Amino acid sequence: MLLITCPYCGPRPEIEFAARGEAHVARAAPDGDGEAVAASLWLRTNPKGLIAERWRHVAGCGRFFNAVRHTVTDRFVTTYRVDEPRPDLAALAAAVGARGEGAR
Amino acid sequence: MHFSFLSLLRAAFSAHRDWPEQWRSPGPKPSYDVIIVGGGGHGLAAAYYLAAEFGIRDVAVVEKGWIGGGNTGRNTTIVRSNYLLEESEALYDHALKLWENLSQVLNYNVMFSPRGVMMLAHTTHDVQSFKRHYHANRLAGIDTEWLTPEEARDWCPGLNIARDIRYPIVGATLQKRGGVARHDAVAWGYARAASALGVDIIQNCEVTGIRRGLDGAVTGLDTTRGHIGAKKVGVSVAGHTSVIMDMAGVRLPIESFPLQALVSEPLKPIISCVVMSNTIHAYISQSDKGDLVIGAGTDQYVSYSQTGGMQITAHTLDAICELFPVLRRVRMMRNWGGIVDTTADRSPILGTTPVPGLFVNCGWGTGGFKATPGAGHLLAATIARGEPHPIAAPFSLDRFARGRLIDEAAAAAVAH
Repeated sequence: MLLITCPYCGPRPEIEFAARGEAHVARAAPDGDGEAVAASLWLRTNPKGLIAERWRHVAGCGRFFNAVRHTVTDRFVTTYRVDEPRPDLAALAAAVGARGEGAR
Repeated sequence: MHFSFLSLLRAAFSAHRDWPEQWRSPGPKPSYDVIIVGGGGHGLAAAYYLAAEFGIRDVAVVEKGWIGGGNTGRNTTIVRSNYLLEESEALYDHALKLWENLSQVLNYNVMFSPRGVMMLAHTTHDVQSFKRHYHANRLAGIDTEWLTPEEARDWCPGLNIARDIRYPIVGATLQKRGGVARHDAVAWGYARAASALGVDIIQNCEVTGIRRGLDGAVTGLDTTRGHIGAKKVGVSVAGHTSVIMDMAGVRLPIESFPLQALVSEPLKPIISCVVMSNTIHAYISQSDKGDLVIGAGTDQYVSYSQTGGMQITAHTLDAICELFPVLRRVRMMRNWGGIVDTTADRSPILGTTPVPGLFVNCGWGTGGFKATPGAGHLLAATIARGEPHPIAAPFSLDRFARGRLIDEAAAAAVAH
């Protein structure tokens, strides 16, 4: 089970949280073409490395937040509020190493 | 060499010390007509059918680790075809029909054991949903039966059909043609048969890049054992599909999740069939070695870690202990995780890609093992003809943009 640091409540066990998929996926315009709508609905980066994703602390404060996590080690690199921009994943990846060893 | 009673008898006289290697391990040639990326059951089956059925023998299978060491060796080996939608029924029953005489075709005992797959209904909603599957399967000519709780217990003694448990059993469907097979033997059997037809199986060869010509078509692969040219490439790498396809600039509607399984200490025969429960997230069968093979659910987050949370397996064992109280004191020996490539509609993607010469077989999610012969056959047919096989056509990549999803919530033994 992962230990996840909620930006509002602090470190809590994963069982209190619900993963809500990749963050920063822009919804296609309603009058966009089919390809754009399909891309925003279905295409995800699914990276082997750092991913920015949404979590919700359902059994705690109930709030959404974003997190950067390494998908090979499952270590969390950082968490941030949903209204903050996506961190520079390439710079973070360089800081934590190829397998996220440097992540806290 | 051909396996027969006589060859076994002959080898017995030398105490089985003189069995030769069952497949060749050549180095890569400069180029091939077709390269299959991924030496799991699906990829090896595709190579075999390319050589055996479609006359394309200049084929290589490149595998990052050892053959059958990925999801082929990490699943719970359940084979069934009782899916809801017509496209899925055709796909999975195609595979099941190939399973039925696979040992004879390959001359290798894949230990396919059609011992029956029983799926438990616990709620009124389950009953409605399963009856819908039951009727759909009967219309499609797929064998299925409806069992009362008493009939379910008679079919699988030890099942707890008490009415006062948290999720009482109120009915079940049974597909008697379903069952289990021996996962390693499937990979080895296809490898042996493909190798005998001239297919090169290249292990410890990780793909690091996909090369394309000026027209965009595939020209070869960069690997840890050097560049290998190819006219056509078939990608069949399960959980790592996004990583490999990204090398060709193709994005897929796939997310990779950990899926766990575990086995118990070996017991005398006690569970005679496969028992699955979608509602309480558990499935169980007993291997020929005696271990109880138990499948759990997926974790909730994208990961390539090949491990998962202990709360997932604990939840599954809670359910197993309630279904089979007799197993409460059985000790578990090992647990492990595989990475499953999951699509939004829980149906696979099988066919051509926007890149000429590049074909993909992926998105099988939590249920790829049962499809091994069928997926390999359809991938081979699609590569050989350059266009999707009719059974595979509905599972094309472009179905997502066209809105023609094949929404199979039944594709896994877990509630999605």
